[in-house]
Amino acid sequence: MRRFLLPLLIFVVLVGFLAVGLRLKPREVPSPFIGKPAPMFSVSQLHQPEANFSPSDLKGQVWLLNVWASWCVSCRQEHPVLVELARHNVAPIIGLDYKDGREPAIAWLNEHGNPYRLSIWDQDGKVGIDYGVYGVPETFVIDKAGIVRMKHIGPLTQTVVSEKIIPLVKELNGA
Amino acid sequence: MPKLISLVLLVLGLTLQVHAAEAQRVSDDPVLEAKVQSLAEVLRCLVCQNQNLADSHADLAIDLKNQVRDMLRQGKTEKQVIDYMVERYGDFVLYSPPLKTTTWLLWGGPFLLLAGGLGGLFVLLRRRREREEEPLDDVQRSAAKRLLQG
Repeated sequence: MRRFLLPLLIFVVLVGFLAVGLRLKPREVPSPFIGKPAPMFSVSQLHQPEANFSPSDLKGQVWLLNVWASWCVSCRQEHPVLVELARHNVAPIIGLDYKDGREPAIAWLNEHGNPYRLSIWDQDGKVGIDYGVYGVPETFVIDKAGIVRMKHIGPLTQTVVSEKIIPLVKELNGA
Repeated sequence: MPKLISLVLLVLGLTLQVHAAEAQRVSDDPVLEAKVQSLAEVLRCLVCQNQNLADSHADLAIDLKNQVRDMLRQGKTEKQVIDYMVERYGDFVLYSPPLKTTTWLLWGGPFLLLAGGLGGLFVLLRRRREREEEPLDDVQRSAAKRLLQG
């Protein structure tokens, strides 16, 4: 009986490692920005090309930065969640239209609804690189002092919004 | 025959098109290009995570390579470029992870396993030798004698 003990032990340890490995999400690279100031930029707006937007415009408010594009299929999936979030007026949502054409982007918003207070137009993806964007959609929660508090990679779901984003925004607004 | 020729031309045309799609923006400066290439080999593509920037044809990889080229052209050092990438994408962007407190197990793990294996082998060999050197007692000796004499 004893000679089975060691292989069994090794087996249990192996299963343990595999079980942990299955739960890891290697695609979700932890953002080094959490707790750091959101990178500054000043970029032309999507609907008003002559007007610029900069994160400092929203200093003193908790806001969301949502990276999207008209060519992005997962954005279509998360869009109703964003529209719903905007309807509840939780926090201003700024869109970052990533590597997109101005016209298809505006047409896309007209078709699916526009949850954004405004969108900025990041034609060549420079702002995206500055924010460490590697998969669209991505969403950042930025606090009153302009510090990034949370980053969500991939489409937002109702669960993420109601269990993570809304409580966080409330907490940051209270503080 | 004309059909065959047109088919060959068609296939050639198609392959030419494929190459055209993969062509990337490069500068005329070979020294700069060599630097970009060497940096692209140590930076990870975040879209196809098991490739470095040099091997990847993902859009983001090409953008990041262009970013590296632009920064080098502006006179930034290689270290500044790497720091810029780590600041934005974390240590994960480095193809070989840096040695620090959170990664010592990753670097030291193989050596730990080696030491464990060597230790196990040592114990096993010693135990075996001890068993072999055990002298026979009288009963075993007479049993062996009987067997040998048939």
